Amino acid sequence: MTKPSLKGSFPPTSTVDAMEFELAAHSCLVLTGPSGVGKTTLLRKIADLDPHDGVISLGPIKQGDLPAPEWRRRVMYVASNSGWWAGRVRDHFSVDDNTLVLIDAFAVGRDKLDASPSHLSTGERQRMALVRALSLQPDFLLLDEPTSALDHETALKVKAVLADRKRSGCGLLVVTHDSAQAERLSDGMLRMRAR
Amino acid sequence: MVIALTPVDLVTAVALMLTSAGLSLFLSLGFHKGMVWASIRMVVELLLLGSLLRLVFRQDSAALTVLIFLAMLTAAAHEVGARQPRRLQGGWRHLINGAAVSMSTIFVSAFALVTVLGADNWLEPAHAIPIGGIILGTAMNSASIALNALLSNIGNERDAIEAQLALGGSRFSALSPLMRRAVNAGIIPVMNQMVGAGIITMPGIMSGQILAGQDPLNAATYQVFLMLLLAASGTASAIFAVYFTVFRLSDERHRLRLDRLEDERRPKG
Repeated sequence: MTKPSLKGSFPPTSTVDAMEFELAAHSCLVLTGPSGVGKTTLLRKIADLDPHDGVISLGPIKQGDLPAPEWRRRVMYVASNSGWWAGRVRDHFSVDDNTLVLIDAFAVGRDKLDASPSHLSTGERQRMALVRALSLQPDFLLLDEPTSALDHETALKVKAVLADRKRSGCGLLVVTHDSAQAERLSDGMLRMRAR
Repeated sequence: MVIALTPVDLVTAVALMLTSAGLSLFLSLGFHKGMVWASIRMVVELLLLGSLLRLVFRQDSAALTVLIFLAMLTAAAHEVGARQPRRLQGGWRHLINGAAVSMSTIFVSAFALVTVLGADNWLEPAHAIPIGGIILGTAMNSASIALNALLSNIGNERDAIEAQLALGGSRFSALSPLMRRAVNAGIIPVMNQMVGAGIITMPGIMSGQILAGQDPLNAATYQVFLMLLLAASGTASAIFAVYFTVFRLSDERHRLRLDRLEDERRPKG
């Protein structure tokens, strides 16, 4: 059975041209466009976090057909500013062999699991947020600047994990300013144009 | 023995207030204008209230009592919204705040009045207005403090709330820690009132009744009865205000809808 692809089309607004995309499983699109054009907002709309008048579907299923929490578990948005709500990092996801492997692969110390999120560096929080999202095994990941706070070495490690996820079927839609990262992962570009 | 105060007594009290204001002027503490203004307002309002109530009690009309009650509810609903750091846009704010204070006040007051006065003359103004007023005051305080806690934190916690939503949490699970804290904040005044009553302060109703010549134990019983009702009305209005505001600040697609708040502004007074 082939995995469904994620499709979307948005009518033009006063500031952005109309746009359409199709993101297959096992593939990665990089979303580009001038800053301020609404790349973050587009990801949020695809995750149904912002109201919109576009049409988005996952295979035959329209966004509105699924309860929103279920849609977001399958089409998961990871914000550039990660949010945390509990006392320790480990309270935010289930810590098991899979997540420990990810934490090691991202080169974050395991001791950070017991720390308060506010005591982690921005880069550590960014990677832990990615661990948290990956642990739920969504069909599609919408990543907003996933390596913005990471040095080159660490960014490469994160990319390796994302490439691995892509091979095993996860579709990726990534906003990034790092063109080297775009080249390594991406199978295509999705351009937003200002009107 | 009931002591009626003479104008001379009142003038002495005014002198005491002016001394406090003078101290503020002398030490440049800067509150003298505010204090004098608040005192003038208080004097005018209370004398007007006294005269109005005297008139109303003479009429002894249920319709008039209900009318006055409605005016009090409207003012309280407005006050709940007046001091929030951010607030819901117009119509919904009035609807939710009005419903929160009205529902809790009307329910608890009706209970109190039917119990104390009996079903036949429960709208007798001399009891209905003061009892309703105390209950309304508590409902207003609790809703106002609870909403303050909710609305001043929801903006700061936006990332945390939306992270939970993005991971597939429902709006109520994502917002429940914030809601819990807000309702708890709203209940603090009634809790403090109950804990403090007795050892720390003699509560207002009891003092008033003793000053008016009541037997202290009777006065205490009356106070106990009212305080339990106040706890109920404070709880109900805090819960109502917080839940319905959260309902309005999120939507059926489990999104956080901070766009339904008015723009940030400076808190007033």
